[in-house]
Amino acid sequence: MRKLLLLSIIVIVGLVFIARLFYLQVYNEDPYSLFDDNAIRKVYDYPKRGYVYDRNDNLLVANQPSYDVMFIPREVKAMDTLEFCNLLKITKEDFIKFYDKAYRYSPRLPSVFIPQLSRIEYAVLQEKIRKYQGFYIQKRSLRDYQTTIGANVLGDIGEVNNYIIENEPYYKSGDLIGKQGVELSYEEVLRGVKGIKFIQKDRFNRDIGPYKDGIYDTLPQPGKDISITIDSKLQEYGELLMRHKHGGIIAIEPSSGEILAMVSAPSYNPNLLVGRQRSRNFSKLYTDTIAKPLFDRSLKAQYAPGSPFKVLSALVGLQENVVTTQDQFSCRGGYYLGSRRLTGCHAHASPLSMNQGIAQSCNAYFVNVYRRIIDKYDKPHDGMDVWSNHIKSFGLGDYLGYDLKIGNKGRIPDGDFYDKWYGKNRWSSTYNISNSIGQGEVEATPIQLANMVAAIANRGHFFTPHIIKKIEGQEIDEKYTTPNHTTIDKKHFEPVVQGMFDVYNTGTAYSLRVPGIDICGKTGTAENFKKIDGKTTQLTDHSIFVAFAPKDNPKIAIAVFVENGYWGSRFAGRIASLMIEKYIKGEVTMNSMENWILTHSLEDEYAKPYSGKPFGINRQSALQVIDKITKDTVINPISNRPSPFNQ
Amino acid sequence: MQREFRGLNFDWITIILFLLLVGFGWLNIMSASHSGEITSYFDMSQPYGKQSVFIIFTLFLIVLILALDAKFYERFASIIYIISMLSLIGLFFFGKNVNGALGWYGVGGMTIQPSEFAKFATSLALAKYMSDLQTNMKTFKDQLKAVAFILLPAILILLQNDAGSTVVYAAFFFVFYREGLQQVYLVVAIFLIVLSVLALKFNVVVAVLVSAILIFGHHFFGQKKRPQIFQPIAILLVCILFSFGVKYFYNNILQFHQKDRISLWLRLEKDPTKLHDMKQTILYNLHESEKAISSGGLTGKGFMQGTRTTGKFVPEQHTDYIFSTVGEEWGFLGSALLVILFVALLLRILYLAELQKSTFSRVYGYCVASILFAHFMINIGMVMGLIPTIGIPLPFFSYGGSALWAFTILLFIFVKLDSNRINEW
Repeated sequence: MRKLLLLSIIVIVGLVFIARLFYLQVYNEDPYSLFDDNAIRKVYDYPKRGYVYDRNDNLLVANQPSYDVMFIPREVKAMDTLEFCNLLKITKEDFIKFYDKAYRYSPRLPSVFIPQLSRIEYAVLQEKIRKYQGFYIQKRSLRDYQTTIGANVLGDIGEVNNYIIENEPYYKSGDLIGKQGVELSYEEVLRGVKGIKFIQKDRFNRDIGPYKDGIYDTLPQPGKDISITIDSKLQEYGELLMRHKHGGIIAIEPSSGEILAMVSAPSYNPNLLVGRQRSRNFSKLYTDTIAKPLFDRSLKAQYAPGSPFKVLSALVGLQENVVTTQDQFSCRGGYYLGSRRLTGCHAHASPLSMNQGIAQSCNAYFVNVYRRIIDKYDKPHDGMDVWSNHIKSFGLGDYLGYDLKIGNKGRIPDGDFYDKWYGKNRWSSTYNISNSIGQGEVEATPIQLANMVAAIANRGHFFTPHIIKKIEGQEIDEKYTTPNHTTIDKKHFEPVVQGMFDVYNTGTAYSLRVPGIDICGKTGTAENFKKIDGKTTQLTDHSIFVAFAPKDNPKIAIAVFVENGYWGSRFAGRIASLMIEKYIKGEVTMNSMENWILTHSLEDEYAKPYSGKPFGINRQSALQVIDKITKDTVINPISNRPSPFNQ
Repeated sequence: MQREFRGLNFDWITIILFLLLVGFGWLNIMSASHSGEITSYFDMSQPYGKQSVFIIFTLFLIVLILALDAKFYERFASIIYIISMLSLIGLFFFGKNVNGALGWYGVGGMTIQPSEFAKFATSLALAKYMSDLQTNMKTFKDQLKAVAFILLPAILILLQNDAGSTVVYAAFFFVFYREGLQQVYLVVAIFLIVLSVLALKFNVVVAVLVSAILIFGHHFFGQKKRPQIFQPIAILLVCILFSFGVKYFYNNILQFHQKDRISLWLRLEKDPTKLHDMKQTILYNLHESEKAISSGGLTGKGFMQGTRTTGKFVPEQHTDYIFSTVGEEWGFLGSALLVILFVALLLRILYLAELQKSTFSRVYGYCVASILFAHFMINIGMVMGLIPTIGIPLPFFSYGGSALWAFTILLFIFVKLDSNRINEW
């Protein structure tokens, strides 16, 4: 027995050790990964980010070097601090503060001393940096916008946030990623693939050489250049016209679905979001909750489409065979059900047929057509669904599928919508006749409306709008080259197109004619409401205009929204006509119209609701005459608007 | 002819296990200590180069030990012991302080650690004393004398502030037990260990309650005689005193770092911020070594490929923490094999010890097995976080000349004694 004590203890200890090893090494251990090993430093080699060109090969976005002053605290030796501070334009207190902060982080690791020097600051410092031991300059690449326009289209890049780092293993802390616009949509194309080097560290976090002589290291693959469909001249002109107004413009080439211009106003200079001032500028833009310069109105703002929607009512009426182009309806200054006036109208000849119904934008005409569509079916629910499906085939009421990552669905109600609202079958067509004239429950974004116009211009089909034109060595998505057909037969479009043509010839846009170009258009004036201090208040109507030109073989389809611009041809119509002339002729001949737009501002109108004083709308619309805006007028979305708080 | 044959009658299994351990150890020292390219295996500026020289010298040492007559060791045991003790005492006057312990003689550029050599000297002395026909390990007087042989070096080493090496001397308990120490000592030893842990981990009241239950339980159900009430009460009083003593010893006598090590092992510290601080300071070594071992996985990262070893994340990795290199680079398979090699060597020594015909050889063999086992258990247990940190080397494996030579002498004296057992009657 005495012989067995040590023997059995030895065996037991041996078994315990093996069990412990098994627990530590086999049972308890995730598969080994170089990326998780904190003894290996992963150094990334960032490729050049792809350039962005416009449709005419004008360079819009390039890269620029930026210079960070880096330092390793414990390698800093005694030096002429005063001269150094003067070079960097900082005080000695700053110097001590930065130094102490970095020293607390780690005395051995490099920290940023001053980020993102300008080229000039760098040139001065570069000569002298060798005198300051422990300091060195690190080059980084930033975006360099060759233009001041298109902030909403081009977007910007910024550091990845934690959510992205956790969900997409490609991105590491400090990496740059597209945040908005094409930078976001084509992030993977533009960024390329970064290279990686594995470097062995020691326990003080110092590098001691490549891991396994670099057999796992990879080289970076440069990002690809892209061309976007934007015509930068048209875009620039659109942004100029929209200064001091809120709203959006979308111009599309109907034959391809390419977005020619995409203006959101107010906008900002994309260069504001580059470099050392980025976060300061961003928060300024972000906190401007009235002008909302970061809110892309051309894609996201959801408005009642107003009268332009009437052309769809006409098309659906023809397709459903409930109306002919010859049928006439009378208008007694509105639509009456018995003796009750359901909707008003403005003064025009009566009765009228489809052509004049569109040209004069008669509300009563379209309410009649709408009621015939819905009442064709036994139940209003079924009629509503039929109507809704026709409308939706124009790309309304759902995401369009364009290649920018923001947008809104808009709203096209169907039978279920009203069943939910009023109760099953407890409603009829008279409950929602406003839909026929683009008010009521119908809502759309500017890009949806522009696409709708493109579908009419093409007489029955459209290409999904897109911003990408070319990717270096790569085809663009097939989705953008396949036509989408509407549910309306081609033959029904001609009378409607003629009606839109007569809007310019004899109708509501008579004053907006452009010499030498056959434009088809439709004005719109949409009532709108806003909650102010918890009270729903009606504001001045939105000015809306849609158009395409030329009438045959159209080259441009456009939708313009100007918030609180009062009536359709007042602001939006003028802007649309100018844009069309600019695009088709390459120059603008209608100088007085251009002058009017450039010398009138709506800023006072926008400030009114926030003034706290009682205000009138529409007829009391505040039109402000200003000095003519030129291309060189500095855009500063924050200061050009009278602040409601300082008055 | 017959003489020569007998002369080579060594236990080759032991020798092969020894060579495997030394060779494997050298590979790991190279991996853990090299910086930059390996230009020469004898690069004296690098630990692995020095270890190469130590190993070559060890081979000569082995030849010398095996060449001497087996009777030499028994005959000169007392003298070797006295010389060894004098060398320990001499440290107080001529010693060199390394890492807080006064344990080294500086000779030229080299250092020698006499406490390593004291182990085999003590083993020889103990073997000689216990093999004396007049010694009876069952008597208290002789037990006390035997313990005195151990206490002398243990106390000297403790005074030199090398508590780790002192702990190893407790391993001689196994020798005593094998040679006739009463069973009650074993029971009492286990009981006191349990009592100490209970007193520290929980509190004195729990420790006393548990001991009361055990004592009275044993008293009333274990004994057939008429129960006496005073004896168990007296034992209980001793237990209470002991528990308070342990608490007092822990709080007032132990040094801070020793206290922290025990506190960590028994998980006494609950405050998360303090625990975090500990991970950065005293727990750092253990934390890093456990991480290195874990990252090895089943098959390891490969020789010289351990990222944490190459980055020198584990301090003292080529000496006391060498096992973490094995864990990282050779994985579970390699480290389990190492454990098996050690267990095989220990069992082989025990087996041979039991075969010995002379008491001297048997006792000495038992001493060898006990000391090697103590080092094996404490070192690997510490590196894997199973027992509190006690800084002693892994025999034959860790970097260091003194330890390697001392363990070699310890082992090969036994190999020589064993080879001579045919002549013992």
